[in-house]
Amino acid sequence: MGFLHEFLQQMVNGLSLGSIYALLALGYTMVYGIVKLINFAHGDILMLGAFGGFFVLAAYGVTPLTFVLALLVGMIVCAVVGIVIEKTCYKPLRNAPRINALITAIGVSIFIENGARVVKVIGPNPKEFPTFKTVNFPIGDVNISQIQIIVFVVSIALMFLLTYIVNHTKLGKAMRAVSFDRPAAYLMGINVDWIISFTFALGSALAAAAGILFASAYPQVEPYMGIIPGLKAFVAAVLGGIGSIPGAMLGGFIMGIAETLTKGFISSQLADAIAFGILILILVVKPSGILGKNVSEKV
Amino acid sequence: MKKNIANGLTLAAIAVVFTGILAALVYIGVIDEYTAQILTLAGINIIVALSLNLISGFTGQLALGHAGFMAVGAYTTAVCIMKFNFPMLLAILTSGLVTAVFGLIIGFPTLRLRGDYLAIVTLGFGEIIRVIMINLEQITGGAAGLKGIPSFTEDILLAPALSMLWVFSVMIITIILMSNLIKSSYGRAVLSVREDEIAANSMGINVFYYKMYAFTISAFIAGVGGGLYAPFFGYLNPTMFNFLKSVDFLVIVVLGGMGSITGTVIAGFVLTYLQEFLRFLRDYRLVIYPLLLIFIMLFRPSGLMGNREISILALWQRLFKSDRTQSKVDKAGERQ
Amino acid sequence: MTVLRAKDISILFGGLKAVSNFNMTLEEGELLGLIGPNGAGKTTVFNMLTGVYHPTSGEIEFTDKNGKVQNITHMKPFQITQMGMARTFQNIRLFKDLTVLDNIRIAYHFNVKYKSADAVFRTPAFFKEEAEITRKAVALLEIFNLEHKQAELAKNLPYGEQRKLEIARALATGPKLLLLDEPAAGMNPQETQDLMKLIRFIREKFNLTILLIEHDMNLVMGICERIIVLDYGQTIAEGTPDQVSKDPLVMKAYLGEGVDLHA
Repeated sequence: MGFLHEFLQQMVNGLSLGSIYALLALGYTMVYGIVKLINFAHGDILMLGAFGGFFVLAAYGVTPLTFVLALLVGMIVCAVVGIVIEKTCYKPLRNAPRINALITAIGVSIFIENGARVVKVIGPNPKEFPTFKTVNFPIGDVNISQIQIIVFVVSIALMFLLTYIVNHTKLGKAMRAVSFDRPAAYLMGINVDWIISFTFALGSALAAAAGILFASAYPQVEPYMGIIPGLKAFVAAVLGGIGSIPGAMLGGFIMGIAETLTKGFISSQLADAIAFGILILILVVKPSGILGKNVSEKV
Repeated sequence: MKKNIANGLTLAAIAVVFTGILAALVYIGVIDEYTAQILTLAGINIIVALSLNLISGFTGQLALGHAGFMAVGAYTTAVCIMKFNFPMLLAILTSGLVTAVFGLIIGFPTLRLRGDYLAIVTLGFGEIIRVIMINLEQITGGAAGLKGIPSFTEDILLAPALSMLWVFSVMIITIILMSNLIKSSYGRAVLSVREDEIAANSMGINVFYYKMYAFTISAFIAGVGGGLYAPFFGYLNPTMFNFLKSVDFLVIVVLGGMGSITGTVIAGFVLTYLQEFLRFLRDYRLVIYPLLLIFIMLFRPSGLMGNREISILALWQRLFKSDRTQSKVDKAGERQ
Repeated sequence: MTVLRAKDISILFGGLKAVSNFNMTLEEGELLGLIGPNGAGKTTVFNMLTGVYHPTSGEIEFTDKNGKVQNITHMKPFQITQMGMARTFQNIRLFKDLTVLDNIRIAYHFNVKYKSADAVFRTPAFFKEEAEITRKAVALLEIFNLEHKQAELAKNLPYGEQRKLEIARALATGPKLLLLDEPAAGMNPQETQDLMKLIRFIREKFNLTILLIEHDMNLVMGICERIIVLDYGQTIAEGTPDQVSKDPLVMKAYLGEGVDLHA
């Protein structure tokens, strides 16, 4: 195996993994943009989405149709969960000190993880995720599996959809307005509460999709599966510039590629550590991220 | 001045007598070994929770990796004792210093930025430390753990009492020194950072410096707590120091009241005991802590104590001296 | 002697030039007013002078407590405060959950001589200096008639007293130049009158140079010796209150056409 071949192979793997991180990072970035909160529970939404998909696929078998159904079910369930979390836990704390909201987010995260572990239908033990039988398409020396293609295509499609919603619909305009200046948006007659809930729903739905794609690629589901992808996606969001939607996508792909290249060329054990290396680096060099703007607090 | 020294001596005397009596009760068997162990564990938890309170409660910067700091301290002590034959006290102090260096390294890039990043970086640090501990097999014993760490004494009969004596002494010293620090100009500088960074800055306070200051001291104390944990438990393994352990400390701080030393002490004892008491709930225990966090934040964000303190000295004076000589100014200083 | 000099300072927010080519000199002992309609860039100027924002171009020079001219253009707020410039905020920024006394004592911190170790181990040096700090703080509170409230939490003070406490806190840093950002905001006429007296008094007592942003015309006209008028980030007039109030450009910009400032 030559260097170039290994490099290309890891690039392919990285693009596929990166598209999952990008989907997840979008949720962090949108929520942060609109309520300035790191939603620690976002990674756990990925887990819930994966389990949503798991139950559908386990019940009806794996066919293209059930896969789409699994995606839909996971996304809808998680959108609802996202709204419920926002309404019950975050909304009452909107004017509280930031540290209180962060602590609540931690609480919500652990509650979902441990709650899933305690609930009988999920339980603490890893379960095998029903997925397509891997079919490889060799292009030259590089293998691309159909699962990687599905992951990539679905992610890109969802990202296009999101970009369309944010940039070209009335709702998207309202989201941008609330993110830019909440009081002013409120005075303009925008239903701010509703827009914030909608943002959570949108972010959670994307996380659910990310979860099902993630579980299809790494076919195992368990209650704590969301933590590490969640952290990496957060790093991706910071890397791209937190609050920036294109930034989150870019950051996600960079993270995915960085991780697979590390696995391929350095050490697979370092793959998780590399994420934090990148985070520290970006915080030192350019805390506002690649596409982020410098915002200073109003005095 | 004389009054101050007298007060200090009274406080020290109360502490010594209290700890001595407790240890004696353990030694003669009035307090059984199991209870002694829970109390000792509570002492360690309180030390680490106090360190977390310093950075999160008093300085207002959420840190989520204190189990990681504790791990650094615990392994440092174990290695110092087992490989280099350090005396116990020196080993524990060394682990505090080593951990403080880790604090400096993590704090420097993150504390210049807005508070939220510290939370996520410390969280990541806690996890990375765990991975490193697993991989440094020659030193840490890897995932299998490190066995046979010498206890505070080789005498099995004496061990429970002596462990408790060690831990409680360190705990009391930590409480006294930390509250001394808080009730000083340096403490006020740290508090001003929590209250309003921009205003603190305009008062001539170097906000970044004081965040680093508090974070490094916090890491030191957490390291000492970990340093006590190693000989107390006798066995270390990286999964003991996972993220959920960090959250245990957070729950103690939040329940006690962010910015209250007394609150942390009370909550530390209550929660450590509760954790043992609730064993019959099995896995459902796992859901109680996060729910507690959420409910406190939603309904009583100030916890049990808010940022108030109970002064042992004031209690003592109220109980045993009829003339309460505390001046108005002193009282103003008590509250913060 | 010139205390403060801003040379051609400008700042961009995104593409918007919030302040452009602002010039100002402030002589020792002067009381200068900075006025202008909402959004004219007054507070932005304050923020640049005190280091909260850094100008995109231009320079700021400040003559520090020791009489040394310092280029403070890119310095941090705490450094500038330590040199002898203190400020208050438009929307009061007290340390809300700390006592009135502690709010003041924090301002003495950067001069504190004892070390952390003195505090932790309660050495005589600690007790001596703490007593000194407390004495100074209480003396300052007495001037503002707040000493009987020293044990209260700052957030529990009535609004007017919070404003006063903020000024007291700024003075505790030992400034030679004091910047007041709308000190009379939200005060009734009587309170504003008292505030005027207070500003005159502290100016004498502490030998201060004062730069004042204010909306209340009575206050500005009654107290300032010189006024700079900002509009859309640019200086449109400068002079004595009398000159400025008769300036047609100012009337137009500030109050709309056909309005007399003395009305």
